[in-house]
Amino acid sequence: MTAAMSETAPATAGTRPAGIHLDRVSVAYGKHTVLDGLDLTVAPGELMALLGPSGSGKTTALRAVAGFVRPVSGRVYLGGRDVTALPPHRRGIGMVVQSYALFPHMRVAENVAFGLRARKTPRRDIAERVAEALEMTGMAAYARRYPRELSGGQQQRVAIARALAIRPSVLLLDEPLSALDARLRSGMLAELARLHRELADVSILYVTHDQIEALTLADRIAVMDNARLQDCGTPQELYRRPRTEFTASFVGNANLLPVTLAETGPDGTVGADLGGTRLRAHGAGAPAARGAAATLCVRPHLVGLGPGPNALRGTVAEVQWRGATHRLLVDVAGTRLTADVRELRTPPALGAQVELHFAAEDAVLLPVTSAPEAVPGGGGRG
Amino acid sequence: MLVHSRAARWAVRILFLLLFLPLFVLPLLVIVAASLSSSWSGVLPSGPTGAHYTAAVRGDALTALTTSLITAVTASLLALAAGTWAALAASGAGRRTRRLLDALFMLPVAVPSVVVGLAVLVAFSKPPLLLNGTPSIVIVAHTVLVTAFAYQSVAAALARLDPAYEQAAAGLGARPAYVLWRVRLPLLLPSLTAAAGLCFALSMGELSATMMLYPPDWLPLPVRIFSATDRGSLFTGSAVAVVLMGTTLLVLLAVSRLRTRATFR
Repeated sequence: MTAAMSETAPATAGTRPAGIHLDRVSVAYGKHTVLDGLDLTVAPGELMALLGPSGSGKTTALRAVAGFVRPVSGRVYLGGRDVTALPPHRRGIGMVVQSYALFPHMRVAENVAFGLRARKTPRRDIAERVAEALEMTGMAAYARRYPRELSGGQQQRVAIARALAIRPSVLLLDEPLSALDARLRSGMLAELARLHRELADVSILYVTHDQIEALTLADRIAVMDNARLQDCGTPQELYRRPRTEFTASFVGNANLLPVTLAETGPDGTVGADLGGTRLRAHGAGAPAARGAAATLCVRPHLVGLGPGPNALRGTVAEVQWRGATHRLLVDVAGTRLTADVRELRTPPALGAQVELHFAAEDAVLLPVTSAPEAVPGGGGRG
Repeated sequence: MLVHSRAARWAVRILFLLLFLPLFVLPLLVIVAASLSSSWSGVLPSGPTGAHYTAAVRGDALTALTTSLITAVTASLLALAAGTWAALAASGAGRRTRRLLDALFMLPVAVPSVVVGLAVLVAFSKPPLLLNGTPSIVIVAHTVLVTAFAYQSVAAALARLDPAYEQAAAGLGARPAYVLWRVRLPLLLPSLTAAAGLCFALSMGELSATMMLYPPDWLPLPVRIFSATDRGSLFTGSAVAVVLMGTTLLVLLAVSRLRTRATFR
């Protein structure tokens, strides 16, 4: 009975963890659909990465959650409450944008206190919560500084502290690391991972175009392209068993080989013909019809040099030394295959014939994506 | 740094001074010289005296100075309020409305100020809004004339303002009024003070519209300068003009100091 009551009771901020739920949300500017029927649920305490190239609709999705764009159809729920019609300032979210947008005329402490003052939080609580937020992000020593006196990474921390000070149940991060240089970025990644562990009830939506950030931080990744959700799953699922060619190539590197499906083997693996070579791949999720065209996906670092199962002969087109590894580009049956192998003492010469292999377990069969999106934005549902 | 050789750089500087000095500086120096002399029949003025200044800072001239100051301060504050309000409204409105407002606020600039003066005089000479004969008609005319400049500089600053600030503020739970008061206006402060300074300077020097409608008991300084020179008292007029110039520059200097304190980036 209590469970039923809490289902229907309006969510009061802070007393109950909130999730994010998007129900077939579409956003359009004029006739141009920028977000097409997005369904997405982020559980309390979960970090969901929205990963996609620029123009894929991922930032639009985040802005729809924040309330800066109004969906043309679909509903947005925060903590079970329909907020589709609410203006941003009544949604109770914390948000960090790419440019940080720290108020330049306020000191760090005033910036962090902004959300609390705007909500008329009692004065004595403000100081305490500002200190707590600054402590959490390691910026306590900089409370008296102005934003212009801070480095990019420090401004980033203040922006996060400002979003955390209001104790939001939903935190939106819009490419928060893209303005930082590579070294700071890896430090902040670890920092964000720690914050995510500490904020056990907070749903985090993390927009990025960087697959490393998504793979490192996210509990689940939603891959977006062309205004649509392409794939959604844990980083491991998406990396090991991608369901579309787009996911395979966008989340990590991938060899995508055009194959024709053959019979299913006794061990559950599926046969696939590349040119005249019979290969065997993991069976799960493979398109059924025998003789149909499919795409075989195998990660470059799972391709080995030398004889073995699924052996392929090819001509070495390029050899790149990358320190710990050698990257070989090999022409096999009209396709170029990339293999990342442990550093070789004697790398093969250009034009040499080599043999490559990979385990059937490491290969995934995907449906062929018919050339760039058959009907772009054709889903005027709801 | 388009010119690299040292000689060429000097040549350009001298050319600049030759063009700049006679056009901009010399006339002002001439007024200062005239205000300090009792006759000017040769190449240079003669009979140095401070009597014109003694006259320029007391009695009627002093009244005219306070009149001008009150008019300019009131008009520029009103213009700043109206212009800022309109610019904020325009920035939130659609493109068509914004175009319309832009055109509307250009009007007093495009129309000759004599026409604006006459229009204000005719409009406010009959009840229910009978302002003719009161100081407020001068202030109204000045406000109409300078609001355009306030609107334009605030609108330009608003267009440059990164929307990320107000969105961040709204995301943190701030209502639109709170965002305006605590974020947008403080960020616009440098432009607001610049606009106020511009309006003040324009109002201090306004003559043509004022001539159309000033009441006898509300005589701004430019009108006084005009009537003094019209009577032939060139040197007295010059002294009053120098006082006008000095006061305006002083106020602008104070405003610009305020402005540098308000600049953050």
